[in-house]
Amino acid sequence: MSVLVFVEIDNGSIKKTSFEAIAYGAEVAKLTGETATVLVLGKADLTELAKAGHYGATKVLHASDEKLTQENGMAYADSLVQAAQQEGSKVIIISKSGLGDAMAARAAAKLKAGIVSGVTSLPDLSESFKVTRSIFSGKAFATTEIKSDLKILVIRKNIIEVDESSITSTEAQIEPFTPVLRDSDFKSAIDKIEKASSEISLTEADIIVSGGRGMKGPENWQPLLDLASALGAATGCSKPVSDLDWRPHHEHIGQTGIKVAPNLYIACGISGAIQHLAGVNGSKCIVVINKDPEAPFFKAADYGIVGDVFEILPKLTQAVKNLR
Amino acid sequence: MKILVCITNVPDTTAKITFTDNDSKLNKNGIQHIIGPYDDYALARGVELKEQFGGTVTVLHVGEADADPQIRKALAIGADDAIRVNYNPLDSYDTAIQIARIAEQNTYDLILMGRESIDYNSGVVHGLVGEMLGIPSYSPVMKLDIDGDTVKIAREIDGGKEHLTASLPLVLGCQEPISEWKIPNMRGIMTAKSKPLVVVEPVTIDEMTIPEKYSLPAPKGACKMIPASEAETLIKLLQTEAKVL
Repeated sequence: MSVLVFVEIDNGSIKKTSFEAIAYGAEVAKLTGETATVLVLGKADLTELAKAGHYGATKVLHASDEKLTQENGMAYADSLVQAAQQEGSKVIIISKSGLGDAMAARAAAKLKAGIVSGVTSLPDLSESFKVTRSIFSGKAFATTEIKSDLKILVIRKNIIEVDESSITSTEAQIEPFTPVLRDSDFKSAIDKIEKASSEISLTEADIIVSGGRGMKGPENWQPLLDLASALGAATGCSKPVSDLDWRPHHEHIGQTGIKVAPNLYIACGISGAIQHLAGVNGSKCIVVINKDPEAPFFKAADYGIVGDVFEILPKLTQAVKNLR
Repeated sequence: MKILVCITNVPDTTAKITFTDNDSKLNKNGIQHIIGPYDDYALARGVELKEQFGGTVTVLHVGEADADPQIRKALAIGADDAIRVNYNPLDSYDTAIQIARIAEQNTYDLILMGRESIDYNSGVVHGLVGEMLGIPSYSPVMKLDIDGDTVKIAREIDGGKEHLTASLPLVLGCQEPISEWKIPNMRGIMTAKSKPLVVVEPVTIDEMTIPEKYSLPAPKGACKMIPASEAETLIKLLQTEAKVL
Protein backbone atom coordinates (compact mmCIF):
# COMPACT_ATOMS: atom_id res chain seq x y z
CA MET A 1 0.00 0.00 0.00
CA SER A 2 1.27 3.47 -0.71
CA VAL A 3 0.54 7.14 -0.92
CA LEU A 4 0.65 8.03 -4.61
CA VAL A 5 1.96 11.45 -5.64
CA PHE A 6 1.54 12.71 -9.20
CA VAL A 7 4.33 15.04 -10.21
CA GLU A 8 4.48 17.41 -13.15
CA ILE A 9 7.67 17.67 -15.13
CA ASP A 10 9.17 20.51 -17.12
CA ASN A 11 11.88 19.75 -19.72
CA GLY A 12 12.31 16.30 -18.21
CA SER A 13 12.82 17.48 -14.62
CA ILE A 14 10.43 17.54 -11.68
CA LYS A 15 8.72 20.92 -11.21
CA LYS A 16 9.37 22.82 -7.99
CA THR A 17 5.73 22.65 -6.89
CA SER A 18 5.86 18.92 -7.40
CA PHE A 19 8.82 18.59 -5.01
CA GLU A 20 6.50 20.15 -2.43
CA ALA A 21 3.87 17.58 -3.32
CA ILE A 22 6.42 14.78 -2.83
CA ALA A 23 7.44 16.19 0.58
CA TYR A 24 3.75 16.47 1.50
CA GLY A 25 3.13 12.90 0.30
CA ALA A 26 6.08 11.63 2.34
CA GLU A 27 4.60 13.29 5.46
CA VAL A 28 1.19 11.72 4.77
CA ALA A 29 2.90 8.36 4.29
CA LYS A 30 4.57 8.75 7.70
CA LEU A 31 1.17 9.46 9.26
CA THR A 32 -0.45 6.45 7.64
CA GLY A 33 2.53 4.12 8.11
CA GLU A 34 2.98 3.58 4.39
CA THR A 35 5.43 4.67 1.72
CA ALA A 36 5.24 7.43 -0.87
CA THR A 37 5.35 6.47 -4.55
CA VAL A 38 5.64 9.05 -7.30
CA LEU A 39 4.04 8.84 -10.73
CA VAL A 40 5.72 10.59 -13.67
CA LEU A 41 4.19 10.64 -17.14
CA GLY A 42 6.07 11.43 -20.33
CA LYS A 43 9.69 11.67 -21.33
CA ALA A 44 11.96 12.57 -18.41
CA ASP A 45 15.56 12.51 -17.27
CA LEU A 46 15.88 9.46 -14.99
CA THR A 47 18.65 11.07 -12.95
CA GLU A 48 16.33 13.98 -12.22
CA LEU A 49 13.43 11.65 -11.35
CA ALA A 50 15.59 9.82 -8.81
CA LYS A 51 15.70 13.12 -6.88
CA ALA A 52 12.15 12.37 -5.74
CA GLY A 53 13.95 10.26 -3.12
CA HIS A 54 15.62 13.37 -1.66
CA TYR A 55 12.17 14.51 -0.56
CA GLY A 56 11.02 11.19 0.89
CA ALA A 57 9.61 9.15 -2.00
CA THR A 58 10.79 5.54 -2.14
CA LYS A 59 9.72 4.71 -5.67
CA VAL A 60 9.02 6.45 -8.98
CA LEU A 61 6.69 4.89 -11.51
CA HIS A 62 7.72 6.27 -14.87
CA ALA A 63 5.51 5.94 -17.96
CA SER A 64 7.70 7.12 -20.82
CA ASP A 65 5.13 6.66 -23.61
CA GLU A 66 5.61 9.40 -26.19
CA LYS A 67 1.84 9.95 -26.22
CA LEU A 68 2.03 11.18 -22.62
CA THR A 69 4.60 13.88 -23.34
CA GLN A 70 1.89 16.48 -23.87
CA GLU A 71 -0.63 17.33 -21.14
CA ASN A 72 -3.79 15.29 -21.54
CA GLY A 73 -6.09 15.34 -18.51
CA MET A 74 -8.01 12.27 -19.67
CA ALA A 75 -5.06 10.01 -20.49
CA TYR A 76 -3.26 11.27 -17.38
CA ALA A 77 -6.30 10.40 -15.24
CA ASP A 78 -6.43 6.91 -16.77
CA SER A 79 -2.74 6.42 -16.02
CA LEU A 80 -3.13 7.71 -12.46
CA VAL A 81 -6.01 5.35 -11.79
CA GLN A 82 -4.05 2.37 -13.10
CA ALA A 83 -1.02 3.33 -10.99
CA ALA A 84 -3.20 3.71 -7.87
CA GLN A 85 -4.77 0.32 -8.49
CA GLN A 86 -1.40 -1.33 -9.07
CA GLU A 87 0.04 0.15 -5.88
CA GLY A 88 -3.10 -0.29 -3.75
CA SER A 89 -2.95 3.44 -2.94
CA LYS A 90 -5.48 4.85 -0.52
CA VAL A 91 -4.36 8.47 -0.79
CA ILE A 92 -3.53 10.30 -4.03
CA ILE A 93 -1.82 13.68 -3.92
CA ILE A 94 -1.69 16.18 -6.79
CA SER A 95 -0.52 19.82 -6.90
CA LYS A 96 -3.26 22.31 -7.72
CA SER A 97 -3.01 23.50 -11.32
CA GLY A 98 -5.18 23.37 -14.42
CA LEU A 99 -3.77 19.93 -15.20
CA GLY A 100 -3.91 18.80 -11.56
CA ASP A 101 -7.58 19.71 -11.18
CA ALA A 102 -8.53 18.12 -14.51
CA MET A 103 -6.89 14.76 -13.91
CA ALA A 104 -7.79 14.60 -10.22
CA ALA A 105 -11.45 15.16 -11.08
CA ARG A 106 -11.57 12.48 -13.76
CA ALA A 107 -9.64 10.05 -11.56
CA ALA A 108 -12.05 10.71 -8.67
CA ALA A 109 -15.03 9.88 -10.87
CA LYS A 110 -13.36 6.68 -12.10
CA LEU A 111 -12.34 5.54 -8.63
CA LYS A 112 -15.44 6.88 -6.81
CA ALA A 113 -13.05 8.68 -4.51
CA GLY A 114 -13.71 11.68 -2.29
CA ILE A 115 -11.81 14.65 -3.71
CA VAL A 116 -10.80 17.81 -1.88
CA SER A 117 -9.17 20.57 -3.92
CA GLY A 118 -7.27 23.52 -2.47
CA VAL A 119 -5.91 21.60 0.55
CA THR A 120 -3.81 23.76 2.89
CA SER A 121 -2.86 21.33 5.68
CA LEU A 122 -1.54 17.88 6.37
CA PRO A 123 -4.38 15.48 7.21
CA ASP A 124 -5.54 15.15 10.79
CA LEU A 125 -5.99 11.43 11.42
CA SER A 126 -6.80 11.64 15.13
CA GLU A 127 -10.50 10.80 14.74
CA SER A 128 -11.06 10.39 11.02
CA PHE A 129 -9.33 11.69 7.87
CA LYS A 130 -9.71 15.48 7.87
CA VAL A 131 -7.99 18.20 5.88
CA THR A 132 -8.34 21.96 5.76
CA ARG A 133 -8.84 23.70 2.46
CA SER A 134 -8.99 27.25 1.22
CA ILE A 135 -12.43 28.54 0.20
CA PHE A 136 -13.97 31.87 -0.84
CA SER A 137 -10.80 32.74 -2.75
CA GLY A 138 -8.67 32.60 0.38
CA LYS A 139 -11.10 34.53 2.56
CA ALA A 140 -11.87 31.43 4.67
CA PHE A 141 -11.00 27.81 5.32
CA ALA A 142 -13.11 24.66 5.60
CA THR A 143 -12.09 21.65 7.65
CA THR A 144 -13.41 18.69 5.70
CA GLU A 145 -13.75 15.03 6.57
CA ILE A 146 -13.16 12.62 3.68
CA LYS A 147 -15.28 9.53 4.20
CA SER A 148 -14.51 7.51 1.09
CA ASP A 149 -12.03 4.64 1.27
CA LEU A 150 -9.81 6.22 -1.38
CA LYS A 151 -8.98 9.90 -1.00
CA ILE A 152 -7.71 12.44 -3.53
CA LEU A 153 -6.07 15.62 -2.23
CA VAL A 154 -5.30 18.50 -4.58
CA ILE A 155 -2.88 20.64 -2.61
CA ARG A 156 -2.07 24.34 -2.86
CA LYS A 157 1.45 25.67 -3.31
CA ASN A 158 3.50 26.75 -0.28
CA ILE A 159 1.51 24.81 2.30
CA ILE A 160 4.39 22.72 3.50
CA GLU A 161 7.78 24.03 4.49
CA VAL A 162 10.33 21.84 2.75
CA ASP A 163 13.00 21.71 5.43
CA GLU A 164 16.28 21.96 3.50
CA SER A 165 18.12 20.12 6.29
CA SER A 166 15.82 17.13 5.91
CA ILE A 167 16.61 16.73 2.22
CA THR A 168 18.68 13.55 1.86
CA SER A 169 20.85 12.13 -0.87
CA THR A 170 18.67 9.02 -1.00
CA GLU A 171 17.55 8.27 -4.51
CA ALA A 172 14.18 6.83 -5.37
CA GLN A 173 13.97 3.51 -7.16
CA ILE A 174 12.66 4.03 -10.69
CA GLU A 175 10.30 1.45 -12.17
CA PRO A 176 8.95 1.55 -15.72
CA PHE A 177 5.17 1.79 -15.80
CA THR A 178 3.05 0.99 -18.85
CA PRO A 179 -0.52 2.18 -18.50
CA VAL A 180 -3.11 0.99 -21.00
CA LEU A 181 -3.97 4.09 -23.01
CA ARG A 182 -7.35 4.48 -24.69
CA ASP A 183 -7.55 5.84 -28.22
CA SER A 184 -10.64 7.79 -27.16
CA ASP A 185 -8.46 9.95 -24.89
CA PHE A 186 -6.45 11.14 -27.88
CA LYS A 187 -9.27 12.18 -30.21
CA SER A 188 -8.59 15.88 -29.71
CA ALA A 189 -5.56 17.16 -31.54
CA ILE A 190 -3.21 19.78 -30.12
CA ASP A 191 -2.70 22.26 -32.96
CA LYS A 192 -0.32 24.68 -31.33
CA ILE A 193 1.16 25.59 -27.98
CA GLU A 194 2.03 29.23 -27.36
CA LYS A 195 4.46 29.09 -24.51
CA ALA A 196 7.03 31.75 -23.73
CA SER A 197 9.95 29.53 -22.78
CA SER A 198 12.01 32.42 -21.45
CA GLU A 199 9.37 33.55 -19.00
CA ILE A 200 9.19 32.31 -15.43
CA SER A 201 5.84 30.66 -14.83
CA LEU A 202 3.61 32.65 -12.47
CA THR A 203 2.33 29.53 -10.73
CA GLU A 204 5.87 28.26 -10.11
CA ALA A 205 7.50 31.61 -9.31
CA ASP A 206 9.03 32.31 -5.90
CA ILE A 207 8.97 36.05 -6.55
CA ILE A 208 6.46 38.04 -8.58
CA VAL A 209 6.64 41.72 -9.49
CA SER A 210 3.25 42.95 -10.60
CA GLY A 211 1.94 46.22 -12.02
CA GLY A 212 -1.37 48.04 -12.08
CA ARG A 213 -2.87 51.12 -13.62
CA GLY A 214 -0.41 53.20 -11.59
CA MET A 215 2.20 52.21 -14.17
CA LYS A 216 0.30 54.63 -16.46
CA GLY A 217 0.83 52.76 -19.74
CA PRO A 218 2.52 49.78 -21.39
CA GLU A 219 5.44 51.96 -22.46
CA ASN A 220 6.34 52.51 -18.81
CA TRP A 221 6.83 48.85 -17.86
CA GLN A 222 10.63 48.75 -18.19
CA PRO A 223 11.47 49.77 -14.56
CA LEU A 224 9.20 46.96 -13.36
CA LEU A 225 10.79 44.47 -15.78
CA ASP A 226 14.24 45.58 -14.61
CA LEU A 227 13.38 44.86 -10.98
CA ALA A 228 11.88 41.49 -11.94
CA SER A 229 14.98 40.64 -13.93
CA ALA A 230 17.29 41.58 -11.04
CA LEU A 231 15.23 39.45 -8.64
CA GLY A 232 14.77 36.52 -11.05
CA ALA A 233 11.05 37.13 -10.68
CA ALA A 234 8.00 36.50 -12.84
CA THR A 235 5.89 39.49 -13.87
CA GLY A 236 2.15 39.87 -13.37
CA CYS A 237 -0.51 42.53 -13.64
CA SER A 238 -3.95 43.54 -12.41
CA LYS A 239 -7.14 42.92 -14.41
CA PRO A 240 -7.56 46.51 -15.73
CA VAL A 241 -4.05 46.32 -17.15
CA SER A 242 -4.73 43.11 -19.10
CA ASP A 243 -8.17 44.43 -20.13
CA LEU A 244 -6.43 47.49 -21.58
CA ASP A 245 -3.95 45.19 -23.39
CA TRP A 246 -1.03 46.83 -21.65
CA ARG A 247 0.13 43.33 -20.70
CA PRO A 248 -0.84 39.85 -22.00
CA HIS A 249 -3.84 38.11 -20.45
CA HIS A 250 -1.73 35.27 -19.08
CA GLU A 251 -0.12 37.78 -16.68
CA HIS A 252 -3.50 38.73 -15.14
CA ILE A 253 -3.46 37.85 -11.44
CA GLY A 254 -6.71 37.87 -9.47
CA GLN A 255 -9.99 36.21 -8.80
CA THR A 256 -10.78 35.74 -12.48
CA GLY A 257 -7.16 35.42 -13.51
CA ILE A 258 -4.28 33.38 -12.17
CA LYS A 259 -4.06 32.71 -8.45
CA VAL A 260 -0.51 32.81 -7.19
CA ALA A 261 1.30 31.89 -4.00
CA PRO A 262 4.91 33.13 -4.23
CA ASN A 263 7.23 33.76 -1.31
CA LEU A 264 7.35 37.43 -2.28
CA TYR A 265 4.73 39.47 -4.17
CA ILE A 266 5.64 43.07 -5.05
CA ALA A 267 2.63 45.13 -6.20
CA CYS A 268 3.50 48.32 -8.08
CA GLY A 269 0.75 50.88 -8.64
CA ILE A 270 -2.03 48.42 -7.78
CA SER A 271 -4.68 49.78 -5.43
CA GLY A 272 -5.72 46.33 -4.18
CA ALA A 273 -9.30 45.66 -5.26
CA ILE A 274 -10.72 42.67 -3.41
CA GLN A 275 -10.73 40.66 -6.65
CA HIS A 276 -6.97 41.19 -7.01
CA LEU A 277 -6.34 40.31 -3.37
CA ALA A 278 -8.20 37.03 -3.92
CA GLY A 279 -5.49 36.07 -6.38
CA VAL A 280 -2.52 36.90 -4.17
CA ASN A 281 -3.55 36.12 -0.61
CA GLY A 282 -1.59 32.87 -0.67
CA SER A 283 1.66 34.90 -0.88
CA LYS A 284 4.04 34.62 2.06
CA CYS A 285 5.15 38.25 1.96
CA ILE A 286 3.45 41.15 0.19
CA VAL A 287 5.11 44.47 -0.65
CA VAL A 288 2.97 47.36 -1.88
CA ILE A 289 4.30 50.45 -3.62
CA ASN A 290 1.65 53.07 -4.30
CA LYS A 291 1.50 56.86 -4.26
CA ASP A 292 -1.94 56.77 -2.58
CA PRO A 293 -1.49 56.20 1.17
CA GLU A 294 -5.17 55.17 1.36
CA ALA A 295 -4.78 52.34 -1.19
CA PRO A 296 -6.56 49.32 0.36
CA PHE A 297 -3.68 47.04 -0.61
CA PHE A 298 -1.60 48.44 2.26
CA LYS A 299 -3.97 46.69 4.69
CA ALA A 300 -3.01 43.33 3.19
CA ALA A 301 0.70 44.13 2.87
CA ASP A 302 3.67 43.20 5.04
CA TYR A 303 5.79 46.10 3.78
CA GLY A 304 4.65 49.31 2.13
CA ILE A 305 6.17 52.34 0.46
CA VAL A 306 4.08 55.41 -0.31
CA GLY A 307 5.60 57.09 -3.33
CA ASP A 308 6.11 57.29 -7.06
CA VAL A 309 6.80 53.83 -8.53
CA PHE A 310 8.97 55.36 -11.25
CA GLU A 311 11.33 56.79 -8.64
CA ILE A 312 11.21 53.80 -6.30
CA LEU A 313 11.60 50.89 -8.74
CA PRO A 314 15.09 51.90 -10.03
CA LYS A 315 16.27 52.33 -6.42
CA LEU A 316 15.07 48.82 -5.56
CA THR A 317 16.66 47.36 -8.69
CA GLN A 318 19.98 48.97 -7.80
CA ALA A 319 19.71 47.70 -4.21
CA VAL A 320 19.13 44.15 -5.46
CA LYS A 321 22.12 44.43 -7.81
CA ASN A 322 24.28 45.68 -4.92
CA LEU A 323 23.22 42.67 -2.92
CA ARG A 324 24.28 40.11 -5.50
CA MET B 1 -27.25 22.70 -31.06
CA LYS B 2 -28.33 21.85 -27.51
CA ILE B 3 -26.25 23.64 -24.94
CA LEU B 4 -26.37 23.18 -21.17
CA VAL B 5 -24.89 25.99 -19.08
CA CYS B 6 -24.33 25.18 -15.40
CA ILE B 7 -24.34 28.19 -13.09
CA THR B 8 -23.48 28.68 -9.44
CA ASN B 9 -25.14 31.05 -6.99
CA VAL B 10 -22.30 32.59 -5.00
CA PRO B 11 -21.68 35.51 -2.64
CA ASP B 12 -20.70 38.71 -4.43
CA THR B 13 -16.92 38.95 -4.91
CA THR B 14 -16.78 41.86 -2.43
CA ALA B 15 -18.83 40.07 0.29
CA LYS B 16 -17.40 39.88 3.78
CA ILE B 17 -17.41 36.21 4.74
CA THR B 18 -18.43 35.16 8.26
CA PHE B 19 -19.93 32.00 9.73
CA THR B 20 -22.73 31.14 12.15
CA ASP B 21 -23.97 28.15 14.16
CA ASN B 22 -20.64 27.51 15.82
CA ASP B 23 -18.79 28.13 12.53
CA SER B 24 -20.68 25.37 10.74
CA LYS B 25 -22.65 27.52 8.27
CA LEU B 26 -22.06 30.54 6.05
CA ASN B 27 -23.69 33.66 7.50
CA LYS B 28 -25.89 34.77 4.59
CA ASN B 29 -27.10 37.92 6.36
CA GLY B 30 -26.36 40.99 4.28
CA ILE B 31 -24.70 38.99 1.50
CA GLN B 32 -25.80 39.60 -2.05
CA HIS B 33 -25.60 36.54 -4.27
CA ILE B 34 -24.60 36.58 -7.94
CA ILE B 35 -24.11 34.16 -10.82
CA GLY B 36 -20.53 32.89 -10.50
CA PRO B 37 -18.30 35.25 -12.54
CA TYR B 38 -16.73 32.40 -14.52
CA ASP B 39 -20.21 30.94 -15.18
CA ASP B 40 -21.21 34.34 -16.58
CA TYR B 41 -18.55 33.89 -19.27
CA ALA B 42 -19.86 30.38 -20.05
CA LEU B 43 -23.42 31.68 -20.28
CA ALA B 44 -22.46 34.59 -22.55
CA ARG B 45 -20.60 32.28 -24.97
CA GLY B 46 -23.44 29.74 -24.88
CA VAL B 47 -25.97 32.41 -25.87
CA GLU B 48 -23.69 33.62 -28.69
CA LEU B 49 -23.34 30.08 -30.07
CA LYS B 50 -27.13 29.65 -30.00
CA GLU B 51 -27.52 32.93 -31.89
CA GLN B 52 -24.95 31.74 -34.43
CA PHE B 53 -26.14 28.17 -34.98
CA GLY B 54 -29.67 28.00 -33.60
CA GLY B 55 -30.76 25.49 -30.99
CA THR B 56 -31.33 25.99 -27.29
CA VAL B 57 -29.52 27.02 -24.15
CA THR B 58 -30.71 25.40 -20.94
CA VAL B 59 -29.49 26.77 -17.62
CA LEU B 60 -28.89 24.29 -14.82
CA HIS B 61 -28.35 25.06 -11.16
CA VAL B 62 -27.92 22.60 -8.32
CA GLY B 63 -29.20 24.44 -5.27
CA GLU B 64 -32.11 25.80 -3.34
CA ALA B 65 -34.83 28.30 -4.25
CA ASP B 66 -32.80 31.34 -3.14
CA ALA B 67 -30.96 30.96 -6.48
CA ASP B 68 -34.10 31.56 -8.55
CA PRO B 69 -33.39 35.30 -9.10
CA GLN B 70 -29.99 34.39 -10.57
CA ILE B 71 -31.59 31.71 -12.75
CA ARG B 72 -34.15 34.27 -14.00
CA LYS B 73 -31.25 36.62 -14.77
CA ALA B 74 -29.64 33.89 -16.87
CA LEU B 75 -32.92 33.45 -18.72
CA ALA B 76 -33.06 37.22 -19.26
CA ILE B 77 -29.56 37.12 -20.73
CA GLY B 78 -30.75 34.67 -23.37
CA ALA B 79 -31.16 31.12 -22.06
CA ASP B 80 -34.35 29.42 -23.21
CA ASP B 81 -35.28 27.40 -20.17
CA ALA B 82 -33.90 26.35 -16.81
CA ILE B 83 -33.65 23.37 -14.52
CA ARG B 84 -32.97 23.62 -10.81
CA VAL B 85 -32.05 20.50 -8.86
CA ASN B 86 -33.65 21.33 -5.54
CA TYR B 87 -30.81 20.42 -3.27
CA ASN B 88 -27.87 21.87 -1.41
CA PRO B 89 -25.03 19.63 -2.64
CA LEU B 90 -22.47 18.21 -0.22
CA ASP B 91 -19.45 18.76 -2.42
CA SER B 92 -18.15 18.91 -6.01
CA TYR B 93 -18.68 15.18 -6.51
CA ASP B 94 -22.30 15.46 -5.43
CA THR B 95 -22.85 18.50 -7.68
CA ALA B 96 -21.33 16.64 -10.62
CA ILE B 97 -23.57 13.61 -10.12
CA GLN B 98 -26.67 15.84 -10.18
CA ILE B 99 -25.45 17.58 -13.37
CA ALA B 100 -24.51 14.29 -15.05
CA ARG B 101 -27.96 12.86 -14.32
CA ILE B 102 -29.69 15.81 -16.01
CA ALA B 103 -27.26 15.60 -18.94
CA GLU B 104 -27.92 11.88 -19.40
CA GLN B 105 -31.65 12.49 -19.52
CA ASN B 106 -31.45 15.21 -22.17
CA THR B 107 -28.33 14.64 -24.34
CA TYR B 108 -26.59 17.98 -24.85
CA ASP B 109 -23.99 18.75 -27.52
CA LEU B 110 -22.08 21.09 -25.28
CA ILE B 111 -21.96 21.50 -21.50
CA LEU B 112 -20.46 24.80 -20.40
CA MET B 113 -19.66 26.04 -16.90
CA GLY B 114 -17.18 28.34 -15.21
CA ARG B 115 -13.66 27.07 -14.56
CA GLU B 116 -14.51 27.09 -10.83
CA SER B 117 -17.07 28.48 -8.44
CA ILE B 118 -15.84 31.43 -6.39
CA ASP B 119 -17.19 30.04 -3.12
CA TYR B 120 -15.57 26.62 -2.88
CA ASN B 121 -12.99 27.17 -5.67
CA SER B 122 -12.57 23.47 -6.36
CA GLY B 123 -12.33 23.68 -10.16
CA VAL B 124 -13.12 19.98 -10.55
CA VAL B 125 -16.82 19.76 -11.46
CA HIS B 126 -16.24 19.88 -15.25
CA GLY B 127 -13.76 17.01 -15.05
CA LEU B 128 -16.04 14.95 -12.83
CA VAL B 129 -19.02 15.53 -15.15
CA GLY B 130 -16.93 14.72 -18.24
CA GLU B 131 -15.78 11.43 -16.77
CA MET B 132 -19.25 10.52 -15.49
CA LEU B 133 -20.63 11.09 -19.00
CA GLY B 134 -17.64 9.50 -20.74
CA ILE B 135 -16.88 12.59 -22.83
CA PRO B 136 -13.83 14.88 -23.01
CA SER B 137 -13.52 17.87 -20.70
CA TYR B 138 -11.23 20.88 -21.01
CA SER B 139 -10.52 23.82 -18.74
CA PRO B 140 -9.82 26.70 -18.46
CA VAL B 141 -11.14 27.54 -21.92
CA MET B 142 -10.45 31.07 -23.18
CA LYS B 143 -11.63 30.68 -26.77
CA LEU B 144 -14.33 28.48 -28.27
CA ASP B 145 -15.30 28.39 -31.95
CA ILE B 146 -17.43 25.80 -33.72
CA ASP B 147 -17.44 25.05 -37.44
CA GLY B 148 -19.63 22.09 -38.37
CA ASP B 149 -18.32 19.13 -36.42
CA THR B 150 -15.05 20.82 -35.60
CA VAL B 151 -14.54 22.60 -32.29
CA LYS B 152 -11.57 24.91 -31.92
CA ILE B 153 -10.54 25.56 -28.33
CA ALA B 154 -7.80 27.65 -26.78
CA ARG B 155 -7.15 26.91 -23.14
CA GLU B 156 -4.73 28.32 -20.63
CA ILE B 157 -1.82 26.12 -19.64
CA ASP B 158 1.04 26.86 -17.29
CA GLY B 159 2.72 29.96 -18.75
CA GLY B 160 0.87 30.01 -22.03
CA LYS B 161 -1.96 28.80 -24.21
CA GLU B 162 -2.83 25.52 -25.94
CA HIS B 163 -4.90 25.39 -29.14
CA LEU B 164 -6.92 22.23 -29.66
CA THR B 165 -9.24 20.75 -32.25
CA ALA B 166 -11.95 18.56 -30.79
CA SER B 167 -15.43 17.34 -31.59
CA LEU B 168 -18.75 17.43 -29.77
CA PRO B 169 -19.96 16.49 -27.22
CA LEU B 170 -17.70 18.26 -24.75
CA VAL B 171 -17.69 19.62 -21.20
CA LEU B 172 -15.83 22.91 -20.90
CA GLY B 173 -14.81 25.04 -17.92
CA CYS B 174 -14.73 28.64 -19.13
CA GLN B 175 -12.94 31.85 -18.22
CA GLU B 176 -12.32 35.23 -19.83
CA PRO B 177 -11.82 36.26 -22.58
CA ILE B 178 -14.12 33.58 -24.06
CA SER B 179 -16.82 36.25 -24.30
CA GLU B 180 -17.95 39.53 -22.79
CA TRP B 181 -20.38 39.33 -19.87
CA LYS B 182 -23.92 40.13 -21.02
CA ILE B 183 -26.28 42.46 -19.19
CA PRO B 184 -29.98 41.63 -19.51
CA ASN B 185 -32.07 44.24 -21.34
CA MET B 186 -35.67 45.13 -20.47
CA ARG B 187 -37.13 42.84 -23.12
CA GLY B 188 -35.01 39.98 -21.82
CA ILE B 189 -36.13 40.64 -18.25
CA MET B 190 -39.79 40.64 -19.28
CA THR B 191 -39.57 37.46 -21.39
CA ALA B 192 -37.57 35.66 -18.69
CA LYS B 193 -40.63 35.74 -16.45
CA SER B 194 -42.51 33.40 -18.76
CA LYS B 195 -39.64 31.04 -19.61
CA PRO B 196 -39.88 27.59 -18.00
CA LEU B 197 -37.94 26.91 -14.79
CA VAL B 198 -38.36 23.25 -13.90
CA VAL B 199 -37.53 22.15 -10.37
CA VAL B 200 -36.46 18.53 -10.01
CA GLU B 201 -35.51 16.50 -6.97
CA PRO B 202 -31.93 15.20 -6.54
CA VAL B 203 -30.56 11.70 -6.79
CA THR B 204 -29.21 10.52 -3.46
CA ILE B 205 -25.56 9.57 -3.19
CA ASP B 206 -23.13 8.26 -0.60
CA GLU B 207 -21.38 11.01 1.32
CA MET B 208 -17.83 11.44 0.06
CA THR B 209 -16.70 14.54 1.95
CA ILE B 210 -18.31 16.56 4.72
CA PRO B 211 -17.30 20.13 5.52
CA GLU B 212 -17.33 20.17 9.31
CA LYS B 213 -16.14 23.56 10.38
CA TYR B 214 -15.26 26.86 8.80
CA SER B 215 -12.65 29.35 9.94
CA LEU B 216 -11.19 32.70 8.95
CA PRO B 217 -7.50 33.47 8.32
CA ALA B 218 -5.53 34.91 11.22
CA PRO B 219 -5.68 38.71 11.22
CA LYS B 220 -2.87 40.30 9.24
CA GLY B 221 -0.22 42.18 11.24
CA ALA B 222 0.33 45.87 10.59
CA CYS B 223 2.08 46.83 7.37
CA LYS B 224 5.63 48.07 7.98
CA MET B 225 5.91 51.39 6.16
CA ILE B 226 9.23 52.41 4.66
CA PRO B 227 9.82 56.05 3.69
CA ALA B 228 10.17 56.49 -0.07
CA SER B 229 13.47 58.29 0.51
CA GLU B 230 14.85 55.09 2.09
CA ALA B 231 13.30 52.65 -0.39
CA GLU B 232 16.56 50.69 -0.67
CA THR B 233 16.19 49.48 2.91
CA LEU B 234 13.23 47.38 1.77
CA ILE B 235 15.57 44.94 0.02
CA LYS B 236 17.63 44.49 3.18
CA LEU B 237 14.47 43.87 5.23
CA LEU B 238 13.21 41.33 2.72
CA GLN B 239 16.52 39.52 3.05
CA THR B 240 17.18 39.70 6.78
CA GLU B 241 13.75 40.10 8.38
CA ALA B 242 11.19 38.49 6.05
CA LYS B 243 13.80 36.06 4.69
CA VAL B 244 12.23 35.90 1.26
CA LEU B 245 15.30 36.92 -0.76
